[in-house]
Amino acid sequence: MMNQIVQGVLLGGYYALIACGLSFMFSVMRIINLAHGSLAVLSAFALWLLASRFHISPFLGLLVVLPLMAAIGWALQHFLLERSARGGALLPILTTFGLAIVIDNLLFEQFGADTRSLAPFIGSLSYDSWEWPGSLYVGKLAVIIFITAVVLLGGLQLFLTRTGLGRSIRATSEDPDTAGIVGVDARRSMAIAAAIAMVTVGLAGAFLGMRATFDPYAGATQLLFAFEAAVIGGAGSLWGTLIGGIVLALAQTLGARIHPQGFLIGGHVAFLIVLFIRLYTSGLGLRGLLRLSTRKAS
Amino acid sequence: MSLLSAEDLVVRHGLLQAVRGVSFSLERGETLALVGANGAGKTTLLRAIAGAHQAASGRVAFDGDDLSGVPSHERVRKGIALVPEGRRLFVQMTVEENLLLGRTAGRPGDWSVERVLDTFPNLKPRRHAKAGHLSGGEQQATAIGRALMSNPDLLLLDEVSLGLSPLVVDRVYASLQGLIGSGTTIILVEQDLNRALSVSDKVICMLEGRIVLAGDSKSVSRDEVTKAYFGLHRKGAGGVPA
Repeated sequence: MMNQIVQGVLLGGYYALIACGLSFMFSVMRIINLAHGSLAVLSAFALWLLASRFHISPFLGLLVVLPLMAAIGWALQHFLLERSARGGALLPILTTFGLAIVIDNLLFEQFGADTRSLAPFIGSLSYDSWEWPGSLYVGKLAVIIFITAVVLLGGLQLFLTRTGLGRSIRATSEDPDTAGIVGVDARRSMAIAAAIAMVTVGLAGAFLGMRATFDPYAGATQLLFAFEAAVIGGAGSLWGTLIGGIVLALAQTLGARIHPQGFLIGGHVAFLIVLFIRLYTSGLGLRGLLRLSTRKAS
Repeated sequence: MSLLSAEDLVVRHGLLQAVRGVSFSLERGETLALVGANGAGKTTLLRAIAGAHQAASGRVAFDGDDLSGVPSHERVRKGIALVPEGRRLFVQMTVEENLLLGRTAGRPGDWSVERVLDTFPNLKPRRHAKAGHLSGGEQQATAIGRALMSNPDLLLLDEVSLGLSPLVVDRVYASLQGLIGSGTTIILVEQDLNRALSVSDKVICMLEGRIVLAGDSKSVSRDEVTKAYFGLHRKGAGGVPA
């Protein structure tokens, strides 16, 4: 049981990492990026291409891919999200949904349906483990991913609270009009925030490729995990995202212990329970929710 | 050369023309009181000067530069700072963080967090408190301090006494007197006519988007301003300050 808890917590680090960008974009830019998973898979494919064609280690490849992802984030905000946001809250969601379809199909067109992995390019790291007291075996890669998630989330928190640029991003998020009259370039702040979010997505994509296999349509599953972790942790809270990731992973581990097919179901059940508790404590309640949906339908 | 000039400025809110062909100029170091009833267009005029509201036509020039199409954050960089109506603080941030945001434009000058706290001593113990937890007077002091942190050449103050107790208003104005004395150019939107006339060099009264009275604060009587305020002023009286 202890072994499963430890594995669950470490897996939670990966979920926190994949949810980090989604949560950051939501909290800062008020955008739910449905292309989040597809962009992570795009990053994994870019690293795979560098590794298989040019024999560049995925860790070194990050030096190329992460700036590229930052540039993609900046361009996305500047040319797509900012314009679509002018059309209301729903339009950016539909835009990112469309973007996800475009990315998935472009990857399929380019790489075919074969599954790939970055594991062959990182030596024994993908399966090496440490033995901890009590006959616990923890994967080295899982520990690296967990530490990366903690450092990344802590770093983002520090960046937002301790730097001028971080304060500008928070101010723009809270009130873009007032941010402008105190001297903040709101467009630049949002473009930088999008670039930062894409760097975290790129990192998550790299670890996705190292710890598992991926294919052009793997983005939807990653988006689902990210979304569940972000909602469980309280969308928009960076440290909450880490807790959300851990809770999701532990629920999946528990689900798998109850039934061999229960891995995903366990996570979904935890997500739904938290969602309903949040709705209930928000004062809306189940009845209110039903009344709301009935009113909308009529 | 005037520090600020507006020529035939027109600003719209959708179909409504909130500012209708307003022209005036302001010299460096002067304090202008902008008075008028609610809906007269004072706030819209200030926001148009600050770049928070785009002008439909006309021209605003600052220190010789035409500001047409210049976004609000660039205007802060040029030296224009607005203390907006309702303070508009970032309520999730602390007093210190709000003040530091005022430094974003990066203009050189003497204003620092410490100097703002010395100017508004009531903020000192609240330095690390969230802006949303402050009293009205503390919020107003923070909003003025945030604008001063950009080391502005022109300070636009919109209804700084609104919603504050008379005691707190006295305290805010005591701090403003220091700024006025230091030669800072100020445009002040104020509902309290006596106070507006007592601290300003020039006064402009607006009615339904137009200037109906303009003159030196010392030479214009309170009665004249009151009449203009309510639309009872004879057309042609007063003049647009040069």
